[in-house]
Amino acid sequence: MSDSVDPMNSPDPVEQTHGPMTGIPALAQAVSERKTGVASSVLQRIRDTQPRSSRLPDATFRVLILLTAASVFAIVVFVVWELVDKSRLSLHQFGIGFFFGHNWDPVNGDFGAMPFIFGTLVSSFLALLLAVPLSVGVAVYVTEMCPIRLRAIISFLVELLAAIPSVIYGLWAIFVLAPLLRDYVEPFLAKTLGWTGFFSGPMYGLGMLAAGIILAIMIVPIIASITREVLTAVPQNQREAVLALGATRWEMIRMGVLRNARIGIVGGVILGLGRALGETMAVTMVIGNRPEVAKSLFAPGYTMASVIANEFSEATGDLYLSALVEIGLALFIVTLIVNALARLLVWSITGGTTGRARA
Amino acid sequence: MLKKPGDASTLKLSLWRRGMNQAANGFAIGAAVLVIVPLMAIFIYLLIKGVGALNWAFLTQTPKPVGEAGGGMANAIVGSGVILGIASVIGIPMGIGCGIYLAEYGRDRFGDLVRFTADVLNGVPSIVIGIAVYSLIVLRQKHFSAFSGGIALSVMMISTVARATEEMLLMVPNNVREAALGLGIPKWRTTLSISLRTASAGVITGCMLAFARVAGETAPLLFTAFGNQYWNRNPNQPTAALPLQIFTYAISPFDEWHKQAWAGALILIVMIVAAVAAVRITTSRGSLKGAS
Repeated sequence: MSDSVDPMNSPDPVEQTHGPMTGIPALAQAVSERKTGVASSVLQRIRDTQPRSSRLPDATFRVLILLTAASVFAIVVFVVWELVDKSRLSLHQFGIGFFFGHNWDPVNGDFGAMPFIFGTLVSSFLALLLAVPLSVGVAVYVTEMCPIRLRAIISFLVELLAAIPSVIYGLWAIFVLAPLLRDYVEPFLAKTLGWTGFFSGPMYGLGMLAAGIILAIMIVPIIASITREVLTAVPQNQREAVLALGATRWEMIRMGVLRNARIGIVGGVILGLGRALGETMAVTMVIGNRPEVAKSLFAPGYTMASVIANEFSEATGDLYLSALVEIGLALFIVTLIVNALARLLVWSITGGTTGRARA
Repeated sequence: MLKKPGDASTLKLSLWRRGMNQAANGFAIGAAVLVIVPLMAIFIYLLIKGVGALNWAFLTQTPKPVGEAGGGMANAIVGSGVILGIASVIGIPMGIGCGIYLAEYGRDRFGDLVRFTADVLNGVPSIVIGIAVYSLIVLRQKHFSAFSGGIALSVMMISTVARATEEMLLMVPNNVREAALGLGIPKWRTTLSISLRTASAGVITGCMLAFARVAGETAPLLFTAFGNQYWNRNPNQPTAALPLQIFTYAISPFDEWHKQAWAGALILIVMIVAAVAAVRITTSRGSLKGAS
């Protein structure tokens, strides 16, 4: 959605897709009229001369198509309404304190979402911490450094990483990653960085650290593909100009490319964050599923999405169910904000053509 | 007053710059390797563990009770097919219809609204869609079903298909439409038989990507399709699905089930990679993508 388009309901198609490009409105309008005015007026004239017999089918088709489009809108409205409606009980019972409560006690009907919010935030930020340098590195390598023949292969492999289902990541993490962490990585971290308090306590393999790592692997393709797109959008003469001043390749990348692309990269990172926040299966399988707020990354945790996945179909009692739906509602709102922010940032760079970045 | 001009400092600077350049090169290559390694590891483990557990019984039998060897996931494979079929039958036409609206009619504020909501829908966590479908269908019907699972997945397909269709239709040059309309072909016919057809390669790509994306979805099926240990031919009953079965088996404490989970994962990934590869091949061959 282009919020930047003027509030007057512009009938001109091209202006809307490309967005306003110049600071002189009158000139812009004249130019865009010249570009598309002909085409659309011809179409209009042809349409007017269509025989009367085709008017009815055309109108029917238009209505049908309009209905499918409207139903997409209706679905989102319905999802929101359903979430609000079903969480009303818990909203009334606990109010805003729901999000700060530390107790999760289905037996006594006492619900607080703090451990889950904590788990979601920590695992997602851990994932970003690991994934951002890697994805930017890969994107820079693919666009600026690697031989052309390798370029397609690496892009394809990264794309493949995005196609692996979450449940398979989880399976792999349980049986390969977690033992690896338990036997080698966690003892090493405890020995070298144990004094910080973030790496201490019993080492199960499964826990916050495993969740963060598997999430990082899962969001790398998203951030990398968007970063690559943004880097490709940087004009070639920027690079040439910096190189002509005698810069090394790294200085060219830093000053000519990354600096120009930073807003788009931030957009990609936020989009990755949106995915990490809502990711369910892989995290549920490795995070350990214990609702507690622990400082150590070795300790098991719990996220908003995984508590829904684990307990929703077994929830007994309306309040329990309602509390779970309220967590879902909170998750929905947060991912909505995060995604909207990311789209705006990415669109401001690439001009609004990237619809398939997440597919 | 100049302090020691000349060689030493410039040489130092240039060493620093050269070093930084090398370090950056190394870092980028390292990042590429580090990203590819987990991918390779996942595929290698899937092959080793999956092929070892794969046999004819796995593809033809239903799960055996705990403790008994053998058994398979035939019902889950078929169940996945049924659920994905339902999802495609609902999701693809709706997605294409929505895409047509956005490209051919949606140049107004309502179009922007639909475009925005399609993007919102794309970002909604799948588990939240599961909750919504649960309260719409499962709560009313009072039982889980393949049907509700299919609807949950179809909702996730719509936005991907819609945006792909819109993008591809916008690439079709206006002259093509004008030519068709000039021959007296009505608008609806022009859209379906001329514009959509010209854009078909891209639209199919979008549909396949959407399919591949929901094929491995587990979270929305947890409380819609729910899973089933037995054969079920009624789409209105709880139905097994491959990703669900993998999940259940992976978190179980039984070695026999772990092996089955690997085999199931191998089948699932082969299906998905085949879909993605098919997309790659059609798009690299089809000149229609740009519709020039």
